[in-house]
Amino acid sequence: MKILVCISHVPDTTSRINFTDNDSKFDTNGVQFVINPNDEFGLTRAMWFKEKQGATVHVVNVGGQETEPTLRKALAIGADEAIRVNMPATDGFSVAKQLAQVVKEGNYDLVIAGRESIDYNGGMVPGMLAKLTGLNFVNTCIGLEVEGSTATVIREIDGGKETLKTSLPLVIGGQKGIVEESDLRIPNMRGIMQARTKPLTVKDPVETTPETAVVNFSKPAPKGPVKLAETVEELVELLHNEAKVI
Amino acid sequence: MSVLVYTESDQGKFKKIAFEAVSYAKGIADKMGTSVTAVAFNVSDTSELAKYGASKVLEINDEKLNKFNGEAFADVLAQAAKKEDAKIIVLTSSANSKYMAPTLAIDLEAGYVPNVVELPETGDAFTVKHSVFSNKAFANTEIKTPVKIIGIGKNSYGLRENETALSTENFTPNLDSHNFDVDVVSVEKSTDTVSIADAEIVVSGGRGLKGPENWGMIEDLAKALGAATACSKPVSDMGWRPHEEHVGQTGKPVASNLYIAVGISGAIQHLAGINASKVKVVINNDPEAPFFKAADYGMVGDAFEIVPKLTEKIKEFKAQNG
Ligand SMILES: Cc1cc2nc3c(=O)[nH]c(=O)nc-3n(C[C@H](O)[C@H](O)[C@H](O)COP(=O)(O)OP(=O)(O)OC[C@H]3O[C@@H](n4cnc5c(N)ncnc54)[C@H](O)[C@@H]3O)c2cc1C
Ligand SMILES: Nc1ncnc2c1ncn2[C@@H]1O[C@H](COP(=O)(O)O)[C@@H](O)[C@H]1O
Repeated sequence: MKILVCISHVPDTTSRINFTDNDSKFDTNGVQFVINPNDEFGLTRAMWFKEKQGATVHVVNVGGQETEPTLRKALAIGADEAIRVNMPATDGFSVAKQLAQVVKEGNYDLVIAGRESIDYNGGMVPGMLAKLTGLNFVNTCIGLEVEGSTATVIREIDGGKETLKTSLPLVIGGQKGIVEESDLRIPNMRGIMQARTKPLTVKDPVETTPETAVVNFSKPAPKGPVKLAETVEELVELLHNEAKVI
Repeated sequence: MSVLVYTESDQGKFKKIAFEAVSYAKGIADKMGTSVTAVAFNVSDTSELAKYGASKVLEINDEKLNKFNGEAFADVLAQAAKKEDAKIIVLTSSANSKYMAPTLAIDLEAGYVPNVVELPETGDAFTVKHSVFSNKAFANTEIKTPVKIIGIGKNSYGLRENETALSTENFTPNLDSHNFDVDVVSVEKSTDTVSIADAEIVVSGGRGLKGPENWGMIEDLAKALGAATACSKPVSDMGWRPHEEHVGQTGKPVASNLYIAVGISGAIQHLAGINASKVKVVINNDPEAPFFKAADYGMVGDAFEIVPKLTEKIKEFKAQNG
C-alpha cells in the first residue's frame, strides 16, 4: 500500500494571532510553526500501516521553502519520502489542485489529510482533492482499517458516529480518534539523523487560478471584565435578565 | 437565478439549522433582488420553510437518500443548482454540510468559504466575513468565481422570520451507483443526550472535578438546562469522559449561546474551542484561574458546593418560568 499524508504547516496552538501590512497578512513574527494537529494524527496512523502492513509513506506540503523543517519533522517521525510543491498556499482550491497532481503522478492507494487546518479552518482541501482525482472520500474520520482494497472507516457525525465501507483508492479527512493522543510520537535522535538524508523532492506547481482571496483580517472586539456573582441566585438572575441566555 | 439552500433534516424532520440557513439565504436574496429555493431530502411536510423566507422548495423523495451520503448529496445539490441556475448556494457548519461542500465546490467550479458570520458584501466585489484561527480572528474574503458557496457559522445569524408564499416541486435527480461507492453501513447516535454540535447550552467539566465519579452533578446541571455535557482534554485523555466530549483546539469547537465551565483552568488550547460561544461562565475555586479573563460571568468557589445549588436554583427558575 502506498500512502500519501498531506501536511499543512500551521502556527503552534499557543501562537498570538496578529496581522501586518494594513491587516492584510498574518504576522509570522515570533510564531512557531508545527505539523497541523489533525495531520499529525493521520501521520501516526500511516506509521501504523507502515509497521503492521508494510505500507510506504510519503508526505507532501504545498508551500514555500520555510515549510521544509515541518516536512523534515514528518520524516523524523518515520515517513519515507517528502514532496514539497513550491507554491505559497493561498486558497484551498489552488492547494487541492497541486495535491491532485501529486496524487495522480504517485498512484497512491490512500491519501490521509486532516479534517481542517487550524489556521484558516477551511476544511476543504481533502474533499476538493478527492473530487479532482475521482477518489472516494470520507471526512471527519475517527477510525480507519484497510484490508486488501477494502477500507472500513468510522466517521464522526453530529451527535454520534457512523461506520462506512468503501474501496481504495481513498482520501480521508482525519482527526483525533484515528489514533489517540497517547499514540503520537516525538521524533527520536535516530529518526532526526535519518530524516536528514531521506529524499525531499521539490516540484514546480501546475497552473491554477485562486477562487478566493483574503482582503483583510480583523479581530473580535475586546471583551469587558468578568462579572462575578456571589450567589447562585445572583448568577441565575444575570444569565436571565442581562445575558438573556436562560 | 435564485439563492439555493440545503435544508438539513433528520428522520423526515427539518433541523433547526435548516431554518437558520433559509433565514440567511433570504437575507442574501433580498440584497440581490432574487428569491430563495430550498432543497429538502425526504421531508414529507416542508411548509414550515415559508416562515423563514423560502419561495420554492425542491422536494426529493428517494429511499436511497434516507441516510446521508456525501457524494450523493453533493451531486443532488449540484444538479439542483444547475437546474435553478443558482449563483449562490448556502450550507451550514454541520458535519454533513462540511463533508459535501468541497465536493460540490469542485462540481460547480465554485469558490467556497466556511464559517461565515454575516451577510456578504455584494458591491463591486463579493466578499464574506468568516472566522479563522479557531475564532480568534475574522477574515474578509473575496469569492471570485461566478458560482459561490457559503457555509454559515453556527449560531452566527439566528432564525429570522419572513413569511413568504412557498411553492413545492418534486425533484428527481439522476443518481448512479458511483454516488454510493462510499456506503454507510451503520449509524450510532448518542440518543438520550443533546450533542455538542446541536446544543444551545453546554456544561463542561475539567480536572477540578477530581474523578469520573463526580460527573453526576455535571449531568444534573446539564439536564436541568437542557444542555449537552463536555469536558477538557485531560479529562478525556484519562478516560473519565468519552473523547467526543473533549472541547478545544484539538477537540470539538463549541458555538453555543451559553458555555458553563466547571473546574477548568482556561488554558489557551481549551479557550480556542469556545471562542465562538456567546456567553461564557466559569466556576472555579482559584480566583487567579485564567478562565476568569475569558469569561463573561463567574463564581469563585468550590464546584462541589456551587453546582448542586445552581442546579436546584435552575430547576426552580424553570418551574416558575415554564
Ligand atoms: C498541543 C496541545 C493541544 C491541547 N489541546 C487542548 C484542547 O483541545 N482542549 C483542552 O481542554 N486542553 C487542551 N490542551 C491542554 C491544556 O493546555 C490544559 O492542560 C488543559 O485544558 C487543562 O485542563 P483542565 O482545565 O481541566 O485542568 P487543570 O489545568 O488541572 O485545571 C483544573 C482547574 O480546576 C480548578 N479546581 C480544582 N478544584 C476545584 C473545585 N473543587 N472547585 C472548582 N474548581 C476547582 C483549579 O483551580 C484549576 O483551575 C492542549 C495542550 C497542548 C500542548
Ligand atoms: N498547503 C498544504 N499542503 C499540504 N496539505 C495541505 C495544505 N493545506 C491543507 N492541506 C491538507 O488539507 C487538510 C485540510 O486543510 P484545510 O482545507 O486547509 O482546512 C489539512 O489537514 C492537510 O492535510
